[in-house]
Order: sequence, then C-alpha cells, then structure tokens
Amino acid sequence: MRPWADFYWTSMKTAIAGQFQYRVANYFWMIGMIAEPVIYLIVWSTVAASRGGSVGGFTPAEFAAYYIVWTLVRNMNIVFTPYGWEWRIRQGELSAMLVRPVHVLHYDVAYFAGWKVVIIVLWLPIAVILSAFFHPAFDITPLEVVVFFFAIWGAYLIRSMWQSALGAITFWTVRVSAIFELYFAAELLLSGRLVPIALLPPWAQRIADFLPFRWSFGFPIEALAGELTPEQLLTGLGIQALWIAGGIAVVSIVWRFAVRHYTAVGG
Amino acid sequence: MSDGPAIQVTALSKTFLVPEREAGLKAALRSLFVRKHRAVKAVDAISFSVAPGEVVGFLGPNGAGKTTTLKMLSGLLYPTAGDVRVLGFVPSRRERAFLSQITLVMGQRNQLVWDLPVVDSFDLNRAIYRIPTSDFVATRDEFVELLDLRDLLQKPVRNLSLGERMKVEIAASLLHRPRVLFLDEPTIGLDVTMQRRIRAFLAEYNRRTGATVLLTSHYMADVEALCRRVIVIHHGRILYDGDLGALVGRFTASKTIGLTVEDGAADLSAFGEVIGRDGGRIMLRVPKADATRIAGRLLAAFAVTDLTIEEPPIEDAIEQVFAQEA
Repeated sequence: MRPWADFYWTSMKTAIAGQFQYRVANYFWMIGMIAEPVIYLIVWSTVAASRGGSVGGFTPAEFAAYYIVWTLVRNMNIVFTPYGWEWRIRQGELSAMLVRPVHVLHYDVAYFAGWKVVIIVLWLPIAVILSAFFHPAFDITPLEVVVFFFAIWGAYLIRSMWQSALGAITFWTVRVSAIFELYFAAELLLSGRLVPIALLPPWAQRIADFLPFRWSFGFPIEALAGELTPEQLLTGLGIQALWIAGGIAVVSIVWRFAVRHYTAVGG
Repeated sequence: MSDGPAIQVTALSKTFLVPEREAGLKAALRSLFVRKHRAVKAVDAISFSVAPGEVVGFLGPNGAGKTTTLKMLSGLLYPTAGDVRVLGFVPSRRERAFLSQITLVMGQRNQLVWDLPVVDSFDLNRAIYRIPTSDFVATRDEFVELLDLRDLLQKPVRNLSLGERMKVEIAASLLHRPRVLFLDEPTIGLDVTMQRRIRAFLAEYNRRTGATVLLTSHYMADVEALCRRVIVIHHGRILYDGDLGALVGRFTASKTIGLTVEDGAADLSAFGEVIGRDGGRIMLRVPKADATRIAGRLLAAFAVTDLTIEEPPIEDAIEQVFAQEA
C-alpha cells in the first residue's frame, strides 16, 4: 500500500507544481467556464421570476446555490478526455507509458487528482465573487459537507473510469469522435449540468437514475446545495461507489483487449 | 532469474496486416464494402540469445525489423509466432517484476515532465519504480557525476537543449538500474561530442552493473564503441550474428590504403579504385590479398610522406551483407 501512496503523492505533487506554473492560464480557463453556468443561472432566475418566484421548487437563490456549486463540480469532473488517447498513441507517449511498471490509468487518476487541488484553491475566490453577485441560499449541515467532499472525488473517479473505457475504443479505430459526441450529449442532458435533474420530466429522471451521469454531476451539487435527506445522501455515495466499481471492472476488461490489440498492430 | 541467457529468442515472427486500397474515388467506394489487407512479415522466424552482461548491436536498414524486435522483447508488441524470454519472463505478459528490470529508450521520445525541473522527473521515476530512497540518491548522484548533469537538475525540461535532454532522458530511464537495456537509436540527432559522452556513459553503466544491452543505431561509431557482437537483420531475417571484427573480415574483400603524396594530383587509378581525395590525401580501395604488395609499389613509385592500410568502414561490410542477401 505504501508504494502506491508514494506514487500517488509524488504524481500529485508533480501535477500541482506543474499546474501552479500555469495558474494564470488556469484562472482564465476557469473564468471562461463560468460563462456557461452564469447563463443557465440568469435564464432560470428570469423564468422563476416570471412564474411568481420559483420553478419546480427552485427559487432564484436556490438556482444561484446550485450553479455556484456547479462551477466546482464541473471543474472537479474534468478528466483525461477520450480524445486524448488518439494523441497518446500517435505521439508514441503510450508506448513509453506501457513499458513502465504502473498501469496508465494510475498516471491519469493521480495526475488529474493533483490538478484538482489547484482547481479547488483557485475556485474559492470565484465562489466568493459569484456569491456576492447572486446571493445563493445555502442551508448546509455538517453531514452534507462531509458527503459533498467524498461525492466530488467520487464523481471524479466515476468519470475517470468511464471515459477511459470510452477512450479505449480508440485502440480499434481512431475516428471515434461521433461516439464521444453522442456520449457527451447524453451526459449534458441527463447529468444535471444543463438543468437540475429535479426539473426534468419524470421519465427522464428515471432514466438518469440508471446512468452514471447524474452521479458524477447532479448528485454532488445536490449534496451541498439541495435538500437531500441523510438517507439520500448516504445512498448517493453508495451508488457512486457502485458506479466506480463497475467502471473499474469495465475498464479492466476493455483495457485487456485494447492493449492486446494495440500491441498487436504496433504503435 | 535463471542462470541461462538474459535474452532468448526462438523462431520469433511478427506479421502486420496492412490495409490496402488503390487510388481514386472508385476504389474508395469499393473499399466501403470490400476491405483488402496485405500481410507484411516484419520479423521472420529469427532466433538468437544474449548472455547476461553482453552488449549486442542490432543492425539493419530502415524497415529491417529492428524496432519491431525490440518492441517484442520489451513487451510492447505481441509476437505472431515464436517464443521470447527476457530474464526468464515472457515480455508480452508485461508483469511488474519484468517491467521493473528493463528499460526501453526510443530515440527522443520524451518520458520527462516537460514543465518541471529535471530533479522532479527523477523523483517521479523513483516513485514509479519503487526505488528505495538511499539507492535512488546514490544512483542519481552517480549519474549526475558521470553525465555532468549538476547544472541541469534545477532546469525545467522544456529549457534543455536536445543533447541535454537526451542525457537526462537516459539517466532517468536507468535510475532503477535495469538489468536489460533496449536502446533504439539512443544518440540520434546529437552532435559528435554528445554522442561520445552518451556512449561512454552506456559503456560505464554496463561495466559497473553487468547489464545486458541490445542496441540499434545508424551511427557505426556507437556500435564500434560499445558492441563486440552484432546481429545484422534485413527483411525480418538475420543475415549475420557474430563478432563485429569478423564481420568486416568475412564480408569485405578489400582494404583501404590512405596515402599522402607530394604530387597531390597524381593519377593512382592504375593501383586501385580511388574512393576519395581530401587535400593531399588519397584513399584507394584495393583487393585485400594484394594490399601489401600495392603499398610497396606505391612507395616505390611516388614520394609518399604518409601511408596507412585500413580495414574498410563497417558500413561497407554491412552493405556487402545486404548485397549478398539480395
């Protein structure tokens, strides 16, 4: 266990040191990403105002809370993109990684986890400024804070595993953008990113329950900004754990075939 | 590890299926329904073994199958047929114990962390290879000394010159003290001084650790400096496996006479094939058996200030190997 902890800690330190060198770029990037939730927030607040103060039980202050937490969750669940696998294969980077005695996924999970530490530090002032503008309504319990902490890392791991499984398709064919786009479109609609899950039609909510997307986006936001019961909070963490375990299982199986295919054709 | 060879290769083959399509729109449309593939045999039933501590040069033109073989030996490629053992392991299983004892250096492929000081990349390798801290510090300091890296340690990798980066790259890939080194063009693109430095370092690493080295290079100076044994491969088949010196003796029927004469414009074509002139110095290719006799005639016929008889360059010998195969 200790060598793994050493590997993760050293990789995370490397990522933190590297990303802090680009803190200005990181900041501009995060600021650019804020445009999306701010637009959603303004649209939904306007709709709420026009409907007597709320939509589907959300007041403008609750929308503000939702979308401010959204900004952190969105940044937390950025992982190595499926598109990146093609680049890795073409650049020969994957070959260099494969002759080292650590699975490629460990590099990705460790490196991006280090980056997240930088993201959290940079996010805090942004959250303060957004709160000053939009006056969010937070009613936070200690349990929600604890669950939120684990839920954002759970979201990160769910997305890491499933996107790696998706990225492994690149081992068979490099023209996979269409598949990726379909995946991301479904995620946008059914994760709570475009619209809170509670505002979706009941049938769409039921579908969302059985897909990984809401557990890597909507659930962590609701854990802090929503009104989930302790039972719902803990069940949510349990479902996240299942999606992580499922993702690890799928990616392990897919990877075994993918790497064999890669090594069979060269690169 | 067993007491046997460090590398044992038996009837190893690798065939790639390459998609084929004729030019033009019609062919493009047809390929939607019928896809044609052609089997290309990159490595064709080769067998050899390398003893622990041996340094072997793996030579051949581009596309001969050298890199494909190195990739199979390091576990990056699955063989189509045959058997490979490296330190007793089957490389394609890519077990941690195997990967921890080998290294593969492929040209200028970057394994370093681009934005961070060199020392951070070294530290990351320590964690990846689980090197005990005391061993890591001792090896790092040893390499810093041997490769003169002291001034580079705190520099970000992106600010290093190509030669500096290659030195660091090689040091990083040997920090875990691998017992088998697969080096694919380790000095490619470097200036002569840097090539010499890296060669000296690799020779010293081999001497100190007893590591086994399999090296491909287009620079014969690399091969001559490091390898006593060479394996020549062409079209996926081994054409020669043996002593480097014997290769020259066996495959070349000529020697080179280099002489400096007072009359630099003298016509020496009657004595042999003039293969070069550099200032007053003239290079002649002559039949091996007649070299001494021709040298005597040259000394008698001209005012010679300097004369040498040399084996032809190793490149010539290898060219002869390929010519015989064709």
